[in-house]
Amino acid sequence: MSISWFKYAAPMNFYQLAGRLIPWFAWSAAILTGVGLYIAFFVAPTDFQQGEAYRVIFIHVPAAWMSMFIYLIMAFWSAVGLAWNTRLSFMMARALAPTGAVFAFLSLWTGALWGKPMWGAWWVWDARLTSALILFFLYVGLMALWSAIDDRRRGDRAGALLTLVGAINVPIIYFSVKWWNTLHQGSSINLMKAPTMASIMLTGMLVLAIAAWLYTLAVVLVRVRGIILERERQTEWVKELLEH
Amino acid sequence: MQWESLSAFLDMGGYGLYVWGSYAATFILIAAELILLRRGQKQNLQRLKRMRNWEAQ
Repeated sequence: MSISWFKYAAPMNFYQLAGRLIPWFAWSAAILTGVGLYIAFFVAPTDFQQGEAYRVIFIHVPAAWMSMFIYLIMAFWSAVGLAWNTRLSFMMARALAPTGAVFAFLSLWTGALWGKPMWGAWWVWDARLTSALILFFLYVGLMALWSAIDDRRRGDRAGALLTLVGAINVPIIYFSVKWWNTLHQGSSINLMKAPTMASIMLTGMLVLAIAAWLYTLAVVLVRVRGIILERERQTEWVKELLEH
Repeated sequence: MQWESLSAFLDMGGYGLYVWGSYAATFILIAAELILLRRGQKQNLQRLKRMRNWEAQ
């Protein structure tokens, strides 16, 4: 069986495909969020070291993961767009940024609210926190850059370049806790001392991480559909679509 | 069930501010993103239709 992937590189086909996929992503995100929150508050037990404060982890870790994943996907689409000048790639990059910014902010916010009771400080300038803050600034800077450049093609290319240069920050965030002596702990797994607790906490975290993925897919596809309509408004298929 | 009462649930062992502050911010930002997205989608469609009608004249 061969699927013609290039078919969906055409905005018209992608627009229709995305329209069919969005409800599936949205509903599965909603259901998994419900399951994940149930595990987070009613199944996962109290942590013997951190008490109930550890329950921030169920948001903090998925948000932090998403903020990095989304940036890597943006970097991927930026590279594809710069290399092959494919229209859809730049649209994807633009559609991803706001959701990436939301997750980057949430990772900082929940981190501060978790840091205060555990470390005694909302914020410290250690390598992990500082590089995560830079990631948030990169998202905001990218969106500001795009909105500042009226010429769409120039904006696309400038944004793609900035995205690629900024991608160096993602491995820095990820490995910061290994490379430097940080107040931020090494990995979330070492929170879980007792094996029976480990699995259910990890399950809750993973369920919410998958929910965050599906949410991102749904939201980004809605956003990219809007961008497609706007950019393809001179084409016959969009004109026809707007008739109805 | 690990919570003895609703107030114990809200108190989160004394960490209520931190735990609920995290979940509330997440809920607010996601709700805001969804509302803005929906509104932007409608405005975009209206604008494109207006432009379309204007060009058709």
